[in-house]
Amino acid sequence: MTIATSHRIADILTRHEQPILEAWLREQLVALSARQDLISEADLRRQSAEFLALFTSACRSGNITDITAPEWKQSCSNLGNVSRSRATQGFSPSETATFVFSLKQPFFSRLRQELGGDAAGLAEEMWNATVLLDKLGLYTTEVHQKAREEVIKLQQAEMLELSTPVVKLWDGIIALPLIGTLDSGRTNIMMENLLQSIVDTGSDIAIVDITGVPTVDTLVAQYLLKMVAAARLMGAECIICGIRPQIAQTMVHLGVEFGNVVTKASLADALAYAFRQIGCTVSKQTSRS
Amino acid sequence: MTATKSRTMPLDSCEEIVHLRQTTRSWMAEQRFTLVEQTKMMTATSELARNAVVYGGGGSAKLELLEGSGRMGIRVVVEDQGPGIADIGQAMTDHFTSGQGMGLGLGGAKRLVDDFEIRSEPGKGTVVSITKWK
Repeated sequence: MTIATSHRIADILTRHEQPILEAWLREQLVALSARQDLISEADLRRQSAEFLALFTSACRSGNITDITAPEWKQSCSNLGNVSRSRATQGFSPSETATFVFSLKQPFFSRLRQELGGDAAGLAEEMWNATVLLDKLGLYTTEVHQKAREEVIKLQQAEMLELSTPVVKLWDGIIALPLIGTLDSGRTNIMMENLLQSIVDTGSDIAIVDITGVPTVDTLVAQYLLKMVAAARLMGAECIICGIRPQIAQTMVHLGVEFGNVVTKASLADALAYAFRQIGCTVSKQTSRS
Repeated sequence: MTATKSRTMPLDSCEEIVHLRQTTRSWMAEQRFTLVEQTKMMTATSELARNAVVYGGGGSAKLELLEGSGRMGIRVVVEDQGPGIADIGQAMTDHFTSGQGMGLGLGGAKRLVDDFEIRSEPGKGTVVSITKWK
């Protein structure tokens, strides 16, 4: 690659920036016609104009092969912002890459107009431009994917927080409703929350409800037994409830025994048991005649 | 006996155990297995998959829907290239564990399904196949 050829691209871009931008916008509007709910034409025009200006000035630097070089830093960071905003807006990776790839058609037709007489020169510039735009297109996909991964991580962290609430049912009775898959990351947080709540509320009874746990395998059973043992050490009695019929049958075949742990079918049964334990009676109010 | 549907899934992390379990359940729900059968198979799958990840250092699982001689079934084959099991009889014994678990996984899985096959070679790895018939 010689400096002379790369100047040709930069020169054509500089001289025809406005018509290329207009043609590019038309291409994008066609490609994104179904997604007009996600982005307005004004935003698209602003993003495209910004990127094209940075792209042109980066091409003028003479380096049109290495987009990791400092000359391309501004273009890439601009492109990165566009990709990230599209990822969070809900665009697919292909739709995001289309932002760059749709520049090819207007750019190439301009190259053809300008270099039509010079077949060898045209072929060379087309190749240079293709390689460059492909790199930038792939870059948007990479950024898009990273942005999506960040969203997923954020959601995972949120779920971790959401899924371990300890609720106070009565004076001296707390409950931990377990929901979803129990893996080691979550079980540690749950155990900590439960034990801390036993201390904070001075509860004598902790009810662990597993209605929302789809599978009780040996690992989950072992974890539940550990939780019961830890609660006992702190002076609280643990009741496990919400054992559905299919889970009960499975546990029997699996050979898991809860031994002397009190288990109940439903949270209501567990609460009734807990009331009896702390000497509370619940009675219906008789209507006064 | 022919497999009408089959799918191989990687098994390298806890997330993949969950994914395998969910896929097993959705396949069985499609074939109208009862809730008890689904739960038993899911639990057995979970045990074997966890063994492969924790003791076998990861591996893969093959899910197959079987059809033949008037009945239908689902088979899960869990494979790892881990250290293998020297004494299968001992490993199948309840409450025997080489790690931190309860020692009920293998024996329990066998009791939860209809067909259970295990092959293991020390240093080469372990293959466990479980089948549930409808």
